[in-house]
Amino acid sequence: MVTITGVIPRPNTYTGLWSWLTTVDHKRIGALYGFSAFFFFIVGGIEAGIMRVQLATSDASLVSADWFNAMFTMHGTTMIFMVIMPFGATFFNFLVPLMIGARDVAFPRLNAFSYWTFLFGALLMHGGFLIGQVPDAGWFSYANLTAAPFSEGKGLDFWALSLQVLGVASLAAGFNFVVTIINMRAPGMSLMRMPVFVWMTLVTSILLVLAFPIITVALIELTADRQFGANFFNTAAGGDPILWQHLFWLFGHPEVYILILPAMGVVSEIIPTYSRKPLFGYPVVVFSGIVIAIMSWAVWSHHMFTVGLGPIANSVFTITTMLIAVPTGVKIFNWIGTMWQGSIDLRTPMLMAIGFVALFIVGGLSGVSHAVSPSDFQQQDTYYIVAHIHYVLFGGAIFGIFAGIYYWYPKITGKMYHETLGKVHFWLMFIGMNLTFFPMHYAGLNGMPRRIYTYAEGFGWEGMNLLATIGYFVIVISLLIFMHNFFRSLKKGEEAGHDPWDAPTLEWSISSPPPVYNFAEVPVVKGQDAYWITKREAAARGETVPAEPHVDPSTIHLPSPSYWPLVTAFGVVWIAGGLLIDVGWDYIRFPVSFIGGLITIIGVIGWSNEPPAEEHHEPAGHH
Amino acid sequence: MAHVDTTHAPAEHEPAAHPPAHEEETTTGISHRKLLMWVFLGSDCLFFGSLIATYMVYRGQSIVGPYPADIIDVPITTISTFVLLMSSFAMVMAVAAARNGNQKRLIQWLICTIILGGGFIGFQVYEFNLFRVEGLRYETNLFSSTFFTLTGFHGAHVTLGLFWLLCLTIIAWRNPAGRPSGEDVDIAGLYWHFVDIVWIVIFTLLYLIGGFDAGPDAGHAATQGWQWITGIFA
Repeated sequence: MVTITGVIPRPNTYTGLWSWLTTVDHKRIGALYGFSAFFFFIVGGIEAGIMRVQLATSDASLVSADWFNAMFTMHGTTMIFMVIMPFGATFFNFLVPLMIGARDVAFPRLNAFSYWTFLFGALLMHGGFLIGQVPDAGWFSYANLTAAPFSEGKGLDFWALSLQVLGVASLAAGFNFVVTIINMRAPGMSLMRMPVFVWMTLVTSILLVLAFPIITVALIELTADRQFGANFFNTAAGGDPILWQHLFWLFGHPEVYILILPAMGVVSEIIPTYSRKPLFGYPVVVFSGIVIAIMSWAVWSHHMFTVGLGPIANSVFTITTMLIAVPTGVKIFNWIGTMWQGSIDLRTPMLMAIGFVALFIVGGLSGVSHAVSPSDFQQQDTYYIVAHIHYVLFGGAIFGIFAGIYYWYPKITGKMYHETLGKVHFWLMFIGMNLTFFPMHYAGLNGMPRRIYTYAEGFGWEGMNLLATIGYFVIVISLLIFMHNFFRSLKKGEEAGHDPWDAPTLEWSISSPPPVYNFAEVPVVKGQDAYWITKREAAARGETVPAEPHVDPSTIHLPSPSYWPLVTAFGVVWIAGGLLIDVGWDYIRFPVSFIGGLITIIGVIGWSNEPPAEEHHEPAGHH
Repeated sequence: MAHVDTTHAPAEHEPAAHPPAHEEETTTGISHRKLLMWVFLGSDCLFFGSLIATYMVYRGQSIVGPYPADIIDVPITTISTFVLLMSSFAMVMAVAAARNGNQKRLIQWLICTIILGGGFIGFQVYEFNLFRVEGLRYETNLFSSTFFTLTGFHGAHVTLGLFWLLCLTIIAWRNPAGRPSGEDVDIAGLYWHFVDIVWIVIFTLLYLIGGFDAGPDAGHAATQGWQWITGIFA
């Protein structure tokens, strides 16, 4: 066992490609998550663009019906599992240790493993494009569309196995953040003194840990059906396709809150900072988040009102779904109450946060309208639902994510973004978003079904669809401005200083970008909004608080970089990839997949026997 | 100014390489690794819960045989269940030995646990093979697909646990002084007991209650197990 280690010495470099491949620094892993998520945001956006151009006019023929199916499947899967979730992970990684006053997460190498597994899984999912085998059964892939006789080729296998790999990444990250937040808080940081973002991370991580095993089982059953001839969703053997819907949505509805709670946490940090007031009703915001998480387990069948579960089930799920709107509404009043009589500074992050609140209200209201099951019978599978999901996920999650990117840009890069360009980005994205998705309400109520690849003239859908397509391009322009602003400011941006916003949380007490060790001296927390307290006490003495001075990192014990997470993640994705091999002799996939298992085992053994690296640290101040 | 606090360094589990002088300081006092195991077990509950739910939903829904009543052998599995339960007892003794720092006893009880757990897996291999010979293959019917998936994943959990215990035994063998720590064995014990508890649920539902389900023509499936149990005392 021990002989395996030491083939390549444990890395100890902090610069160059090798240092990024072997990094266990939560800040670097956060950055990797961010760039990967943005890359897939572009990919998913292009897929959306193909659909929007196809639907701009009636009887269009840009793409075939099959290709359109592939596009909406990959657009949904990409945006949910490869964009919004990893953007959430970006913020968790970068911010949580800084906000709770820790040096890193509880399991730094497990954290690296999460990232690499996510990246490899996402690439494997898109690998289907290379051989023309793209999943095409929708992002929730209802049985028995997914059964082998109805979905030939490997597309659905790519979907099921890659999603399984992404699930492993999410579970590992979930375990890590639950332990980090519960166990690594600085002295004085009691649970009810934690920033709301950390609270929402904890709630999201617990949801991840509990919801992902269910989709894991559903995907195991689907894979068993397709690869090994099992009968889970085989109607000929008595299998019931509705089982898939129950398992999928029992995972899927907590998943919705996994997507939105991090954005709610981000907004709960930004609104107090730019209103110059503590968050209004902090405990209520925290408990609302917890109540949402608990109730998210009791609403899944509202995705299945038209299945025919009967009036009792539909009534119960109508009531629970309406109830879950209450804690969400409470949070909205908290944010508005925070702004009330505050001295509001309408910078880009604040604009994005207010945009989040406004658009999320629209999405929330349309959500309540299809919580009413009789009303949902009219709306099921129409563009009204498409409008709703995009108001909560684009208007909600994506606006929250951009709010966070602008807000923490000075902390992460040490530079200021360009304020005017940021505001132009916000207004164009806000207008484009509404132009794209608001008409879909009307198209949907006018009877336009989702997932149709084209429509005939004369239904009266052309105008709405053309507006939506124009809106799409407005969003594209706004994102080009964002990218320009992002990279321009990296080079030419002003030095941000450690605390440009006079913010309340601990990450602003250290220099920007943060040093590799985060805190030279572990902070002692005296109350909520810990850094505001520090600054207020200093101001009472007539002093200002400088950034924490740098120290020699070699005096602080940090976890050494490691390549074993990379090896293990590679083994995990090989297991899945092996089962996707499509050559004449079908059984070759089992031994090939088995090799992946061996790589994983070698990775785990190497991981657990790894010695710490030779002492070697970069000079102070270099990141 | 720069009072450098090195006690709060990010703690990471690095077994074998350097023995931990003391467990890291944590907010709750529970080590990171043990908390991780508890969170993982919570997650695993949902994993087995979903598999068990699938089995129960499809119970009695198979269209073709063999049905559970044709093939499930409750007495044999009762023995293997007893073997697994005894392995949990051996695990408790191993944890106690590790806490007391009794390395010799630790190795003995770990080996005992491995033999008993291995015996359980042996029974399962025998059972699976017997079922295959009697015509119950993975793709035969709903019963076979749900049964093999659920018990198979449980068997995989036990097998993983056996590898873990084997590693601990080797570490204990090579490091007579203090390795593995009581905490190391304790965490493995948590996992082992959890897998054991899951088996008790599976044994109850799939064997004692569902093991007597006959085909669709044989009357109401749910009453059959109860009749067998009352029959013993009649």
